[in-house]
Amino acid sequence: MNPIRLIGRASIALTRNLGRVSIFAARGLVGVGSHPAELARQILHIGWLSLPVVGLTALFTGAALALQIHSGGARFQASDVVPAIVAIGMARELGPVLGGLMVAARVASAIAAELGTMRVTEQIDALVTLSTDPMRWLVSPRLWAAILCVPVLVGVGDVIGIMGGWLVGVNALGFNSATYIANSWAYLERWDVVSGLVKGGFFGAIVALSGCWFGMNAGNGAAGVGRATTSAVVAASVGILAANFLLTGLFFR
Amino acid sequence: MIELRGLSKSFGSKQVLDGIDLTLAEGESLVVIGGSGTGKSVLLRCILGLETPDAGQIMWRGAPLAKQRDAFMQGFGMLFQNAALFDSLPIWRNVAFRLLRRMPKGQARDVAVAKLARVGLGPEVADLYPAALSGGMRKRAGLARAIADDPRVIFFDEPTTGLDPIRAAAINALIREIVDETGATAITITHDMTSVRAIGDRVALLDRGRIRWQGTVAEMDAAPDQYLQDFIAGRARLSYAGG
Ligand SMILES: Nc1ncnc2c1ncn2[C@@H]1O[C@H](COP(=O)(O)OP(=O)(O)O)[C@@H](O)[C@H]1O
Ligand SMILES: [Mg+2]
Repeated sequence: MNPIRLIGRASIALTRNLGRVSIFAARGLVGVGSHPAELARQILHIGWLSLPVVGLTALFTGAALALQIHSGGARFQASDVVPAIVAIGMARELGPVLGGLMVAARVASAIAAELGTMRVTEQIDALVTLSTDPMRWLVSPRLWAAILCVPVLVGVGDVIGIMGGWLVGVNALGFNSATYIANSWAYLERWDVVSGLVKGGFFGAIVALSGCWFGMNAGNGAAGVGRATTSAVVAASVGILAANFLLTGLFFR
Repeated sequence: MIELRGLSKSFGSKQVLDGIDLTLAEGESLVVIGGSGTGKSVLLRCILGLETPDAGQIMWRGAPLAKQRDAFMQGFGMLFQNAALFDSLPIWRNVAFRLLRRMPKGQARDVAVAKLARVGLGPEVADLYPAALSGGMRKRAGLARAIADDPRVIFFDEPTTGLDPIRAAAINALIREIVDETGATAITITHDMTSVRAIGDRVALLDRGRIRWQGTVAEMDAAPDQYLQDFIAGRARLSYAGG
């Protein structure tokens, strides 16, 4: 086939899907408030139950970062910057990105599997016959729960990550505990933290949207649900990394 | 009460419904029969707006149904093929799903337990989750959910498929009783002739996207249509294979 035609067709398909996803997202966003109890349930599932995995990820990341900066910094006699770099690195980049990726693995897959199963077992059709809009009942609570919870998870992850660096710094690298903490604070600016939390909100939206979109549009049978789950995790992960690049460019140029 | 005119629907190149004309009077119980994959479920999904027909009209009380969808759904109940109970909710919340929106929890639960009793399930089932129920019990619970808010129109999609003959007979009897009691207008989809005789006032045979034959259950046995007679008797002919 003519390559120009092929590119044209691909662009049209891409634009059409972008349009569909945007409408889907908008409908999910405006549907908030119809089912507060569902929102609370999703906050528990998406936020509270993700705490352990996000906390552990941050802890090990902060600890490894401290080791790396210490040995790397020694090349130019700058190992004292460990606390500041761990704090800035966690708050601006690693907290939101790794936290977001862990939530993508845990939550995007769970949402896609749940909604996909509901699709193929006609539970979503049943909602319609019970005069309930699936967008408001299923999508809105998940979308908003993720948008609200992921920034909080990122904040908690920042603190735990800095604590991981501190544990390594004090116990293995010979830092004085009070100095380490003072140095972490001294160089950290409010925008470092706030930008990371804002990123977290976007990443939450990407995770929930991927899960809901692929779940609601799952194909037939168990295989369809499996495909939806895989697609949701891949789309959420790639989406987070791409959005992180764009947001970083926007915030720090 | 419900009227279909020239309803058509295709998926890709596959013409599933090809000009369906069907009229249903208030309080009537219509049974739609036809082989697997002939578009019986698609027919119901079109009426419910879950699929968009390519052509044709769906009228309800003399006006297009699409324009009064919310009002229609308020007085509607459906039993899905595999019950389609919500896995994340206990049985009583499934049954009371509609009721919980307009009455306090305790009251909704009482109605749910009463509806469960109506379909032969005890109060001990109320707090179980759907996964803990057998296929027959799920069908009953799905039936309780369909009738929980006293609907004026009820659809049953293959209510007895996957049940043993005794449980199937019990569900058939239950559906007939409920339709008689409530005076609801009902469409039942099935390929089980026992269901047809138990539930139906009128029968429509769907074949290759069209209504091939329709009439009362009493007329059915004497009808000259060869395919219908084979369907009733469960006779296979080579020419039907692959259809
Ligand atoms: N969403 C869909 N996309 C493509 N084909 C479909 C879809 N829904 C149903 N079909 C096809 O339409 C035909 C009729 O399906 P259905 O109404 O479920 O049959 P049945 O009469 O057994 O209920 C089948 O061949 C099925 O493959
Ligand atoms: Mg079917």
